[in-house]
Amino acid sequence: MSEVSLVVNGRKVSGAVEDRTLLVHFLREHLGLTGTHVGCDTSQCGACVVHVDGKAMKSCTMLAAQASGSTVTTIEGLANGADLHPVQAAFKEHHGLQCGFCTPGMIMTATDMIRRHPEGLDEATVRAELEGNICRCTGYHNIVKAILAASKTMSKASKSKAKKAA
Amino acid sequence: MYSVNYHRATSVVDAVKKIKTGDAKYLSGGMTLIPAMKTRLAAPSDLVDLNHIADLKGIKVSGKTVTIGAATTHFDVANDEKLMKVCPALCALASHIGDPAVRHRGTIGGSVANNDPAADYPSALLALGATIVTNKRQLAADKFFKGLFETALKDDEIVTAVTFSAPAKAGYAKFPNPASRYAMTGVFVTKGKEGVRAAVTGAGDDGVFRSKEVEAALTKKFEASALEGVSVPSKNLMADLHASPEYRANLVVVMAKRAVMAANA
Repeated sequence: MSEVSLVVNGRKVSGAVEDRTLLVHFLREHLGLTGTHVGCDTSQCGACVVHVDGKAMKSCTMLAAQASGSTVTTIEGLANGADLHPVQAAFKEHHGLQCGFCTPGMIMTATDMIRRHPEGLDEATVRAELEGNICRCTGYHNIVKAILAASKTMSKASKSKAKKAA
Repeated sequence: MYSVNYHRATSVVDAVKKIKTGDAKYLSGGMTLIPAMKTRLAAPSDLVDLNHIADLKGIKVSGKTVTIGAATTHFDVANDEKLMKVCPALCALASHIGDPAVRHRGTIGGSVANNDPAADYPSALLALGATIVTNKRQLAADKFFKGLFETALKDDEIVTAVTFSAPAKAGYAKFPNPASRYAMTGVFVTKGKEGVRAAVTGAGDDGVFRSKEVEAALTKKFEASALEGVSVPSKNLMADLHASPEYRANLVVVMAKRAVMAANA
C-alpha cells in the first residue's frame, strides 16, 4: 500500500491505495470524480486525459503513486462555478459530442492544446493534436470546430486582459 | 495488473539500491511498461520510479555536443530551442512519437532502454553515432542495441543520458502503422564528419540496424535521387499481418528518400 497525497481540482486529497492503483481509478473510485472515463484501457483512446502539473496525460497509464505530490485537474475542475470553461462552452455551442463518452478527454486535451498554442490553431494542427483521442460517434468534425472556436475566444480574452494590464 | 510494490528513487544511487528488491524493474515515463503490466505481459514484483531524479532531466547543448538526460520527455526534446538549432531532425522525430499526452510523460531513456523494434529513438541514436551513458559506463549505440527489446544493459544498470555530436545534416521519415502509429519502417539519415549513416527501425527482424545499401548510395551523393533503383534485401526483415519483408524492404528505400529530403530542406 502507498499513502498518496495530491491536489485535485484545488482540493488537497490523500488516501492509502494499493500500489497498482491507476490514477484514473483513484480519481473515480476513491474521490468519486467519475467525469474522467476509462475507454480502451490500452492508452489509446484518451477518454481518461487529465492535467497533471498542468500537462495533459492519460490517467489510465500512470499509477496514483506516481502522481503523488502532483497537482491534478479533471473535467470537474474546469468550470468556474456555474460558468462553463470556454472549451466546454464551445463544445456545447458547436455540438462537439454525440454520446459524450469521449468528451471529458477531448476537452482536457483541447484545453492543453490551446494552452500550448497561444498564437492560435488551424484545423490541421487540431486534427494532428487529437491523435490520442478517439471518438466513435461524430467523426471529429464538430469537435474540431469547437476547439477552433474556443481557441479564438481564449486568445481574444487573453489579449484584452493583456491590454488592460498594460 | 498484478500486485506490485512502488518505490520512488531520489537519486541514481538510491535507485540502484532499490532495484535489488525482488524482481524489480525501473520505471521511467511508463508509457510502455504500465500498459504491458495492465495486460500482464510484464509482471515485476517492484517498480523503482526514476522520474523524480532531477539529475536525469534536461538538455545541454555546447557547440555541437548534445547531451540529453534520460528522464527528459519527448515533449521537452521536441520543443528545446537549443537542440532545434543544432539537430532539428531529433526534435521533429520526438514531436511525432505517440500522441501529446504520451509525449508529456514518455522519456528518451525509457525508450532507449526498452528498445522496442518499432520505436523511433533507437534509429536516431544509431544514425547519430550517439553514446549511451549509464551509471556504470559509456556505450556506443552500435554496441548498445542488441535485438528485439534487448540492449547491452545489465540488470541494475540505468541509462542516465545520451550524448552525440550534431552532424551537418540529419533527417528522419517514418511510415506509421495506420492504427497503432508505430513505425512500420522509419529511417534516420545523417551526414557528418565521419560520413553518412542510415539506421532503420520498425523493419528489422532483430530490431534497429544500419542499411549498407542506403549508406553506400548516399555516400556517393546525399540526395534522394541517389536512391533511385537502389534495393535493400528483404532477408531478415519483419513479416507480420501489416506488411511482408519485401514491402518493408521497399519502404526502407522510400523512407530513406524522404529522410534525405528532410535533411536537405
